[in-house]
Amino acid sequence: MSQLGEYALLLPEVIMVVGVLILLLVGAFQDKGGAKLVWGLSLVLILAVIGFLVKDWGANAILFHGSFVIDDFARMLKILVLVGGFATLYMSVTYLSETGLFKPEYSTLILFSLLGMMVMISAGDLIALYLGLELQSLSLYVIASFQRDSVRSSEAGMKYFVLGALSSGMLLYGSSMIYGFTGSIYFDQIAKVSLTEGAANIGLIIGLVFMLAGLAFKISAVPFHMWTPDVYEGAPTPVTAFFAACPKIAAMGLMLRLIYSGFPDLNTQWQQIIVFISIASMALGAFGAIGQTNIKRLMAYSSIGHMGFALVGLAAGNREGVEGVLIYLSIYLVMTLGTFALILAMRRDEEAFENIDNLRGLSQTNLPAAFMLAVLMFSLAGIPPLAGFFAKFYVFVAAVKADMFILAVIGVLASVVGAFYYLRIIKIMFFDEPKEEFTEMPSQLKMVLGLSGLFVLFYIIYPSPLIDVAKVAAKALLPTI
Amino acid sequence: MMTDWPILSAVTFLPLIGAVFIFLIRGEDEAAKQNARYVALWTTTITFLISLLIWVDFDKSTADFQFVERHAWFGGIFTYYVGVDGISMLFVILTTFLMPICVLASWKSVQNRVREYMIAFLILETLVIGVFCALDLMLFYVFFEGGLIPMFLIIGVWGGKRRVYASFKFFLYTLAGSVLMLVAIMAMYWQAGTADIPKLLAYDFPVPMQYWLWGAFFASFAVKMPMWPVHTWLPDAHVEAPTAGSVILAGILLKLGGYGFLRFSLPMFPVASAEFAPIVFWLSAIAIVYTSLVALAQEDIKKLIAYSSVAHMGFVTMGVFAATTQGIEGGIFQMLSHGLVSAALFLCVGVVYDRMHTREIAAYGGLVNRMPIFAFTFMVFTMANVGLPGTSGFVGEFLTLIGTFKVNSWVAFVATSGVILSACYALWLYRRVIFGDLEKPNLKSIADMNRLEMSYLIPLIVLTILFGVYPKPILDVMSVSVEKLIGDYNQALMVIDNAKYALKP
Repeated sequence: MSQLGEYALLLPEVIMVVGVLILLLVGAFQDKGGAKLVWGLSLVLILAVIGFLVKDWGANAILFHGSFVIDDFARMLKILVLVGGFATLYMSVTYLSETGLFKPEYSTLILFSLLGMMVMISAGDLIALYLGLELQSLSLYVIASFQRDSVRSSEAGMKYFVLGALSSGMLLYGSSMIYGFTGSIYFDQIAKVSLTEGAANIGLIIGLVFMLAGLAFKISAVPFHMWTPDVYEGAPTPVTAFFAACPKIAAMGLMLRLIYSGFPDLNTQWQQIIVFISIASMALGAFGAIGQTNIKRLMAYSSIGHMGFALVGLAAGNREGVEGVLIYLSIYLVMTLGTFALILAMRRDEEAFENIDNLRGLSQTNLPAAFMLAVLMFSLAGIPPLAGFFAKFYVFVAAVKADMFILAVIGVLASVVGAFYYLRIIKIMFFDEPKEEFTEMPSQLKMVLGLSGLFVLFYIIYPSPLIDVAKVAAKALLPTI
Repeated sequence: MMTDWPILSAVTFLPLIGAVFIFLIRGEDEAAKQNARYVALWTTTITFLISLLIWVDFDKSTADFQFVERHAWFGGIFTYYVGVDGISMLFVILTTFLMPICVLASWKSVQNRVREYMIAFLILETLVIGVFCALDLMLFYVFFEGGLIPMFLIIGVWGGKRRVYASFKFFLYTLAGSVLMLVAIMAMYWQAGTADIPKLLAYDFPVPMQYWLWGAFFASFAVKMPMWPVHTWLPDAHVEAPTAGSVILAGILLKLGGYGFLRFSLPMFPVASAEFAPIVFWLSAIAIVYTSLVALAQEDIKKLIAYSSVAHMGFVTMGVFAATTQGIEGGIFQMLSHGLVSAALFLCVGVVYDRMHTREIAAYGGLVNRMPIFAFTFMVFTMANVGLPGTSGFVGEFLTLIGTFKVNSWVAFVATSGVILSACYALWLYRRVIFGDLEKPNLKSIADMNRLEMSYLIPLIVLTILFGVYPKPILDVMSVSVEKLIGDYNQALMVIDNAKYALKP
């Protein structure tokens, strides 16, 4: 392929950059109806980018001297992130109009952070990694406090910013250590040094630890999870949905890429860390959620737990594990989007509710919605035959293959504890006496809830496509193992 | 192969199709309810009739799996692989037989959310039949654990006062047990390289690994069974569940544990089973005696029967792990018989509960004066529960006791005393509910069983007595499979023993 031909694979990112800049201008020059226009065009833009990504499936390139890696691993995660971004943007419109937040900047900020995530996922060196991460994070800080006149929202943005900056600091510190001890910022060069010197290079190990700490913050893994419940609760609900879905997938992808292409032979070193944060996240997610009454806080703890489960696949350190993580993230994305669609629908007389108690007796006032949410909850709890069970299955089967029985046993027991609070939501919807009905669900929310519920329900019948895609993607990341 | 159409899949998924139909029913309330009931009744009845064809076409002379179907699933790692042998076939029939009875038993007593209720039952039927037919570990697990969802909803939505507590306890207890089995299943998959149950039955797992795997499977099946001391979820679940829920729980779901022991623990981990058998014996013996004593002290009819179920399941585990022909055949027979008898007892409780809305033993007395037919029915099943010769309860208990006596006579001795205790609590219950003077004013106008109630209790009476005096059809079906199971088991033990001696200098 000619030089330009390889750069043609950069088209999705290029379209994204150009598109978002144009939309920024459109938003700035339209005064009335601008928000709606930008919103619609953003959705089209995301779909176009997804289309280009799908079209390029199978093509690989390493651009800019190794700074930007394009392969199927990156492509799969980018598609996941963009699907998440599309769905959350699509769902936000009712909530935003009702709270008076529907502005063109909202859509463009989401697009900017999606662009940041795309860069993160494709990062092949430490600079691209940091650039992507910061582009993503800065956009997220702003939309977390998008509801400017609400104290909770501003507080959420502030907290997120301060703690996020701290984690970026750790990440930078780790990067500089790694650069200092290996003399390179490129993952493949770092890999060469780590292969020859291994654990003898203490500086490299310390750098790795700092970088993992910084990334653990982004996926909200214990012990760097403290910001999650507060930010989830404070941010406007559509923003929370976005937080729960996309940034975690991107950061998890980055973590996989960094570990497997930068430190392929240091298993014993990073595995200890990953095993620890995985167990801690699963346990905290399970126990922390029990006492929650605010459904957004509950979902925050749930997402901490789920990241712990996904990390089980990473901890296993084999190809099945990478496949497991990818499948886990895909199914997690669908379940999260569906759940948030229902959370967004918890409205009565233009007032949004967040207390779980408001779901009381939903099965008698709106059976289809209650049924779908129950399916999603059983799936999040990991009960077969729903998709969430298979997500957990893949990561645990990888851990068992790596003989990590203790990790697997702790994991499945944590999922039993976690099942309790998901069951509590089902109990509230099905066993309790009904409250007043919610306002009719907007069609966007119905659509997202319905589609994700059906996916979770029928995944068992035809699971092969997702497995095949994950296999190809994992092979792209790990050509040798 | 005698049939070339997928009869097992038809039996498994027909209820699911019925559930979809009920889901699609629209219309005004009363008519929709009635339609839902009829669809459920027809679906379960047709499923039962089709499942009888399995028995008709069943080849009793082979221990191989029959009516096998196999399709690729999950990109070839797992397969949709089903089939039955002499052990599982009977449980499939038991399930399909009890389901129409459950629907009839809920005809009048369930009035709110009828559609959802019938859907839950039909889905449960699919999942339970799936467990008995599955020949792929993963498929087995999916069906096994999937059954928790509908049962959780049945107890929680249509249950009694403490239904929330009971449903959570049921769900979390059984889930905690089965997730350990999931880890074991994964380990087996990597060790043997397949999830195919017939292949795994022939695979020799290394001995230290067998202990761990056995333990993990035991955790799951012991809870499901339930064995002492992890039986505490059962009385709660039984008491709170609606009548039909209790029938399914006692009649079928408890059998999943025993079936699991026969299908997995004994043939796949023979060394570990032999090693741990004494523990199982004593746990069973304690269960039989202890829960019988607890049953004596109960004030609630359903709770009493629930505890007696635990005791009867103790005979099953004892017989199964004795690993003798009589023990295992007796264990299976006991499970089938208990499936009929305990289901019938819960139905009897349902009959009086629907009239009086209380399960307190003290609230009854002298029912024989107003309800002679009920008194007769209840007596038949009480006697079967005690294990009176001539009822199906006797055959199972007797065989398991003989089987165990050969292996461990002390355990058999203790267990036999449990039979006496069971006579105590069952007859005393009968005395307090049926006999005596009809003093309570609100019992004065109680009506006897109506035709609907008779329609589902009479078949149970007939079968209980029929299999009590003529158990041959059932024992015949299972005997070849059981012989093979025991043959393989003893052979595996012999190989290990020989290896031990060979190593000695």
